[in-house]
Amino acid sequence: MATVLILGATSDMAMAIAKKFASEKFDIQLAARKTDQLTPLRSDIAIRYHVSCSLHPFDAAAFETHELFFGRLDPKPDVTVCVFGYLGDNEKAMNSWEETQTIIQTNYTGAISILNIAARYHSSVKKGTIVGISSVAGERGRQSNYIYGSAKAGFTAYLSGLRNRMLRENVHVVSVLPGFVYTRMTEELNLPALLTAKPSALGESVLAAVKNKKNRIYVRWFWQWIMLIIKMIPEPVFKKLKL
Amino acid sequence: MKKKIANWGNYPEMESDERSFSFNDQLEKIVKEEGSFVARGNGRCYGDGSLGKKTISTLKYDKVLSFDTRQGFFECESGITLDQVLEIIVPQGWFLPVTPGTKFITVGGAVASDVHGKNHHVDGAFSSHIVEMDIMLGSGQTITCSMQKFPDLFNATCGGMGLTGVITRVKFDLKKIETSYIKQKQVKAENLEEVIRLFDEYNHYTYSVAWIDCLQKGNQFGRSILILGEHATLDELNEKQQKAPLALPKKKQITFPINLPSWVLNSFTVKAFNFLYYGKNFKKIIENVVNYEPFFYPLDAILHWNRGYGKKGFIQYQFVLPLSAKQGLVEILQKISDAGLGSFLAVLKVFGKQESMISFPMEGYTLALDFPVRKGLFEFLDELDKIVLKYEGRLYMSKDARMKPEILEAGYRDLAEFKSVIQKYNPDGKIHSVQSNRLLLTHK
Repeated sequence: MATVLILGATSDMAMAIAKKFASEKFDIQLAARKTDQLTPLRSDIAIRYHVSCSLHPFDAAAFETHELFFGRLDPKPDVTVCVFGYLGDNEKAMNSWEETQTIIQTNYTGAISILNIAARYHSSVKKGTIVGISSVAGERGRQSNYIYGSAKAGFTAYLSGLRNRMLRENVHVVSVLPGFVYTRMTEELNLPALLTAKPSALGESVLAAVKNKKNRIYVRWFWQWIMLIIKMIPEPVFKKLKL
Repeated sequence: MKKKIANWGNYPEMESDERSFSFNDQLEKIVKEEGSFVARGNGRCYGDGSLGKKTISTLKYDKVLSFDTRQGFFECESGITLDQVLEIIVPQGWFLPVTPGTKFITVGGAVASDVHGKNHHVDGAFSSHIVEMDIMLGSGQTITCSMQKFPDLFNATCGGMGLTGVITRVKFDLKKIETSYIKQKQVKAENLEEVIRLFDEYNHYTYSVAWIDCLQKGNQFGRSILILGEHATLDELNEKQQKAPLALPKKKQITFPINLPSWVLNSFTVKAFNFLYYGKNFKKIIENVVNYEPFFYPLDAILHWNRGYGKKGFIQYQFVLPLSAKQGLVEILQKISDAGLGSFLAVLKVFGKQESMISFPMEGYTLALDFPVRKGLFEFLDELDKIVLKYEGRLYMSKDARMKPEILEAGYRDLAEFKSVIQKYNPDGKIHSVQSNRLLLTHK
């Protein structure tokens, strides 16, 4: 039986991914800071899908604990999915180094720290898949969320480099740039319904991408084209936009 | 998130600021932050219950907490819908103890409306099967209650339309089944007199309900099809069915694409529909074995069937009259027939005994009818209310969007007690809905 490790399991996206993999008979390891919140999800997954589901305390920002955390996982995962992220408040971050640091550490440093360890393991056994949930915000810096965006840009670059490096180790890497998804993180935003996906759709896309060894996915196909257009806008024009 | 919300009757519709939660501590935070709110499940009650300017959606709070496959107990968070519960329990040989005519309601909603099913005369309402449940009050405090623990809170929550607090966790018992099939029997009745006699004759059946054609006159007045059922045993299945006796139904669903213009439903088209529905049963008695889905949830196969009543929506009018008030049924059906206001769905059922504080069921005849919202309808329904009261009956709050507070008061003997329990657990009416304000259950 294959096992999937979900890092940052309390988010709506993570829970949807966990359920989707469980429905395909993967055993599930849920890792998060507040594991007590996840006791209901653990029983839910075990009862609905008849797979094993376990909880593992994990703090993305506590880098020094990552080695021990991964070393203790038994069994080791076949698929490692890094979902955690923190949007933060760009205006607040401008005036608070603490907020800026949290954004960078959650979205970039913490992710790199744990995925380095996971990558080392996967390459030692010459198999497995690593999935990183990055963001379209990393495609081009915008005034409203460029601190988050720049951290995600770094993460996206990391994933693409890791994919390149891991090919010869028989390890596959999937970069996911979800676009708008209805989650707690976006609950207060007024998202255009046509462009916004449900978390369950994200779960399906991620599972399909793992199965079909996709390199880079958007949850809804047109995001690829939206981002292409956004990237093509000349900088003199782009800097005047209020996106 | 701001959005337009309405319940299944599509009347009334309103703008609401809806918040959601996945974890108990998130709900606690929201409840403490908000000045007022009402909890909301899948929006499958019909009227203005669970509508408000501020709503808290329970739909993401949908985890299964435990399932005792030996003793048949199921424990879950309140936002899970019955269709999900069925998918989990049926393959293990268990069924819902009570189910309404749609599986798209949440467990929290089943409690708040204290739903009943075709087996009320045998198994009671949903509340009779609750082992215990958790209620989060407007203060953020959670109380575990049951018929023994905090009985006042328990009784005011069953059928109480969410006014005591947010129902967060429910543990209830299940019904053992050998197969996922129903042995069904359909009996045609020439008129109302006969169907009432047939209900009596077949009262040993676990499931019974009758569909009534309310546009017939003379000695065909109230002609009906009585639908009876039992969970089929293994040896009652055919060979093919026996290979997978606990199979879940195949998902065959179509979606009603648009709101029909309201003129489409008139006494002519309804008559034609009823003619075909009644006429399809050539024989007096038909017996067959069917999956549970077409038996319990015939309308769930058409997603958004409510759009058939047009943009303005419809009212489902459901009342119950005591057994002694057969004449009241005749009077009401007569009035509807005279007004030419027939509805597709007129469903008759005999309730068994039930003693409760605010739940709808009581021993007697219950009839549910759909009326598209149009000019003059509310005045007409006010007239029907008078007949219901004259025969000491009452209306179902889950279907209601328009009754006057005095109608509720006259119908529910223990209303004063219900109000005082709300006062105790929801002191400033922090939790209130459009309906609770309209019916003067809360004040704002």
